[in-house]
Amino acid sequence: MMTAAGVSADARGPALLDIRDLGIRLTDRVPHRVLVQDVTLSMHPGESVGLVGESGSGKSMTVKAAMRLLPSNAEVEGSIEFDGRLVDRFSRSELAAYRSSDVGLIHQDPRAHTNPMRTVGQFLVESVVATRKMSKREATDRAISLLAEMGIGDARRRMDQYPHQLSGGLLQRVMIAATLMNEPRLIFADEPTTALDVTVQSEVMAILMEQIEERDLGMLLVTHDLDLAAAVSDTLVVMYAGTVVESGGAKDLYADPRHPYTAALLASRPSTTQVKRLVSIQGRPAAAFEVGQGCVFAARCPFATELCRTDRPEMRLVDGSHVACHRAEAIADDLKVALHD
Amino acid sequence: MTDPAGGQATRVVTTAPQSSPNAGSAILTVEHLTKVFGRSGREHKAVDDLSFHLDEGESLAIVGESGSGKTTTARIVAGLETATSGRVVMDGLDVTRGPRTGRRKDVARIVQMVFQDPFGSLDPRQKIGKGLEELLTIHFGLSGSGLSDRVSELLDQVGLDDRHAAYLPRTLSGGQRQRVAIARALALEPKILILDEAVSALDVSVQAQVLNLLVDIRQNTGISYLFVSHDLGVVRQVTDNCLVLNCGKLVESGPTAQVLDAPAEAYTRALIDAVPKPGWKPRRRVV
Repeated sequence: MMTAAGVSADARGPALLDIRDLGIRLTDRVPHRVLVQDVTLSMHPGESVGLVGESGSGKSMTVKAAMRLLPSNAEVEGSIEFDGRLVDRFSRSELAAYRSSDVGLIHQDPRAHTNPMRTVGQFLVESVVATRKMSKREATDRAISLLAEMGIGDARRRMDQYPHQLSGGLLQRVMIAATLMNEPRLIFADEPTTALDVTVQSEVMAILMEQIEERDLGMLLVTHDLDLAAAVSDTLVVMYAGTVVESGGAKDLYADPRHPYTAALLASRPSTTQVKRLVSIQGRPAAAFEVGQGCVFAARCPFATELCRTDRPEMRLVDGSHVACHRAEAIADDLKVALHD
Repeated sequence: MTDPAGGQATRVVTTAPQSSPNAGSAILTVEHLTKVFGRSGREHKAVDDLSFHLDEGESLAIVGESGSGKTTTARIVAGLETATSGRVVMDGLDVTRGPRTGRRKDVARIVQMVFQDPFGSLDPRQKIGKGLEELLTIHFGLSGSGLSDRVSELLDQVGLDDRHAAYLPRTLSGGQRQRVAIARALALEPKILILDEAVSALDVSVQAQVLNLLVDIRQNTGISYLFVSHDLGVVRQVTDNCLVLNCGKLVESGPTAQVLDAPAEAYTRALIDAVPKPGWKPRRRVV
């Protein structure tokens, strides 16, 4: 179902994750480097949200902030609430409980986030046993049954293997199993399939989506791949230069983008079914600290006017989508032509 | 001299059949190429009896998953790896044994390679302009205004300008570095450019710029591309023909449009179906 990210409460009750006016800046340099600014997004239980952007758009930092995993030199503004509680106010023990039981994080590179000296079994069992939720035996049984659900045939043998004995796709499935061990309510998946072959990506995404749907989990999928995000998410949030430029229902946003950046991203993706001159966006993706007073995309936007360069547009509702663009109505037809030509 | 292959010591007449009749003659012929890694007992065949050829001005894709042998094939053609058996003939020069000293410069003038990682393929302490000058001096003996004109020309060809000549790689973005890597390859005026996942590490918006650039360069220079990629969308945009590899073996080959629109093999179909697109549903592999 479509939820407009940016509106915190709707008919389906309170949000599971509610990020408001999030700003992140690094304070170890003068002037401070802004990485993320004015990010507002909310997710409901069981909702799957695709957070899409290029390098430096602040998508991973937003997830890190939501898990309170930012480095000590980062300063956070705004608020992040999980299930009505402010994440920033968590005590040490509350934070540990939050990270271990409420949310799970899947990284891009599973090899970098597993201990090469420990077996798959030790890796899976350790975290739940540490929270004293299960005995070692219960945890082992659960791990084996989870691995089997992931389509890993000889789960018992895999438990005794080390990460280097598993392929990337297999290890990523172990990662998914590890996040599910503690039965979280929300999964952060940070580019979970970027390092994998397309056929393996398809398989790993299928397994992940099955688990999400079966358990009615929320998922925040961080990716640079708009096609992938659109295919598996209910809602899309597009980030550029540390801020959200557009958000809305995945199908509508994909078919009918309202922000020039979203439209340009779609048009610059090479198609497998036809050959055409790609519409490239001039210049390179900018970081939040590089953009001036105006719209973050103004420097690369073919539709930018003087107003765009001096005045940062507010997020507003245009035909069901949330768009941060002064000219959203005026250029709607141009965007359609550019995309479907 | 009645034997047409009389000059075989250095020049070899290639007899491979032409797949596309309207293209020029073969600039690269690969016959029964096999590469085995590892010691006896634990051998791994990375490339298994692969034959193909690349015509002058043609753009040929090698696609496949990780471990399909596409990069190994490209590295053998580039002379960075030696074949276990088989033959590689390039512009009449047999380079199967790899470019030996004395011929290195000749082979470098025929084939150049652009790598995936624009952060690892440039000397971090050499300014962009100096690096190009060095190449041009060694290979063409250029100096003075001839040298600086050629540097400007090369930078211009890849969409950079003279300002960038004074930069160190670290001050450039990923897309700009990849442009520099392409300029360095073009500096030697090679006949074949091997692009090994050359746009895979770039953001989509920047990737589109570099792909358009590659299309333009081929149009303007008539250079041949050997384009190694796992990305079928990218392959569709910049290649005429393609080879599909699986576990080192050739699965399917033909015009790119035909292979992607109407694949003859189930393996190729599975690769195409796995690409996310509107209405796509991730699927578990049918075993």
